[in-house]
Amino acid sequence: MGLIREQDAAEIRKLLGKLPQPVRIIHFTQELNLQYGVETQQLLEELAALSDKLSVEVHNLVLEKEKAAEYGVDKVPATIVRNGKDYGIRFFGIPAGYEFSTLLDAIRAVAEGDSGLKPETREKLKQVTEPLHLQVFVTPT
Amino acid sequence: MENDLIQADCVEATEFPELSERYQVYAVPRTVINDSSYIEGSLPEETFLDHILETLTPPADDAK
Repeated sequence: MGLIREQDAAEIRKLLGKLPQPVRIIHFTQELNLQYGVETQQLLEELAALSDKLSVEVHNLVLEKEKAAEYGVDKVPATIVRNGKDYGIRFFGIPAGYEFSTLLDAIRAVAEGDSGLKPETREKLKQVTEPLHLQVFVTPT
Repeated sequence: MENDLIQADCVEATEFPELSERYQVYAVPRTVINDSSYIEGSLPEETFLDHILETLTPPADDAK
């Protein structure tokens, strides 16, 4: 059974159809003992199937340590939304419920190369000269 | 997206209980900034940004 409902799929297809640039989803998982690991991968693959602008690449955290290090992935399931460039956008855990729309927002933002932030915010963020790591904890409700 | 030095993670708290415990996540959303400071709940963009910038080293005076 699909994780994305038919009526949602139609909406998502419409949204993804408008993407100006292709987007790559890089997904890390592992085989064993992973809560929601299978569901997360299935969700991303169903999503990518809705548009030829969206692709998903699956990697294994344990077997592909170098790749994981390259992306700074230390836990799974991990989902990276990028295009030719990695903008540092990461989802850890299943992006379901409210986070599913956050994922769609991230895909749209990456495709458009536009964060959607206010001009003042962009200006201030440009002046940041040291690494800044934000971790937003959420629950899927 | 506005600066290559910035990484933004969305972490599903219940799937990573150890991390949630380390950062004392009792309510969501909770935003952890550079492992050292926190923002509780959702804030307007300007306030959220101000909180984040406060945790960073203030720019040197001669940068003015």
